[in-house]
Amino acid sequence: MSQAVEVVGLYVRDQDEALAFYVDKVGFRVHTDVRNGDYRWLTVQHPDQPSFQLGLFAPGPPVHDAATAQTLRAIVAKGAMPPLVLNVDDCRAAYDWMRARGVEFTQEPMDRYGTVDAGFRDPSGNGWKMIQARR
Amino acid sequence: MARASRASGAGVRRDPAGQDPELLRRLLRARDRMDAASHENWPVRRLARVSGVSEAHFARSFKQAFGVPPHRYLLTRRIERAVALLRDSELSVTEVAFATGWESLGTFGRIFRDITGESPRAIRTRARASAHELGQVPACVLSAAHRPDLTISVLEKRRQQVGAIKTAPKPRRSDESSSRSGRSVRARSR
Repeated sequence: MSQAVEVVGLYVRDQDEALAFYVDKVGFRVHTDVRNGDYRWLTVQHPDQPSFQLGLFAPGPPVHDAATAQTLRAIVAKGAMPPLVLNVDDCRAAYDWMRARGVEFTQEPMDRYGTVDAGFRDPSGNGWKMIQARR
Repeated sequence: MARASRASGAGVRRDPAGQDPELLRRLLRARDRMDAASHENWPVRRLARVSGVSEAHFARSFKQAFGVPPHRYLLTRRIERAVALLRDSELSVTEVAFATGWESLGTFGRIFRDITGESPRAIRTRARASAHELGQVPACVLSAAHRPDLTISVLEKRRQQVGAIKTAPKPRRSDESSSRSGRSVRARSR
């Protein structure tokens, strides 16, 4: 399919830190990591979802002035950005795997009417729900 | 890129109107902990420890970051949980009060009215009145379960629908125990 959403981005406080988090602790892989001066275009993707990339972008020049960048970092750090959802086959297994790697969980796995969900945050403050659908 | 944002301390800018993002991230951690266990006691000392700041600094910074003092935030979260339990479980009002972290029924009722504008029983009565609408709920509930942290909004919508319809309350208080087996206890205990 050639028509689709291909990249959706997050703001992160530090791209190296975010890269290590999403690759080593969540299990994503790097799709693109290129620089142009101070600018770094960095995307990762879920290994089972090659058509979609998650951008890990740092507020700052040349895209943002200093005050705007600071505001964006603050919004992320307050947890005010919209939630993200990760679908998994086995929420508890994923929780154990990620927790062993030091992921900061905000909610342990909970059963809700046949689905199981947990919550975690990335180092910057972006919040995720991890959901195992009803079988 | 945010080279100046983090590693080099000298580059961390604090404009007068804004708080340091690193501090905000640690305050968020304390808020997350309250969200995860709002029935527990969260004295400022405990929250400050989670955030790694002094007690005096914590209370002031939390309010600046999230718009309400930490204690008020906790009370609000507890009442939100209580509202959900009143509607979605068969727990008595007293049981709901204790399950959501209150030590006194009187305090629970007072804060509940303060935050919601209604009494626990009024909310339960209206939830019961709308029980006939719950035939559609499985799909709703399913989507609510998929929708991160939006339970309140879903319940809010239901309440608005009920308010608009103004259905007369069913007198179900008396046969609560007989209906117990027919309704699942959708208690969100954590």
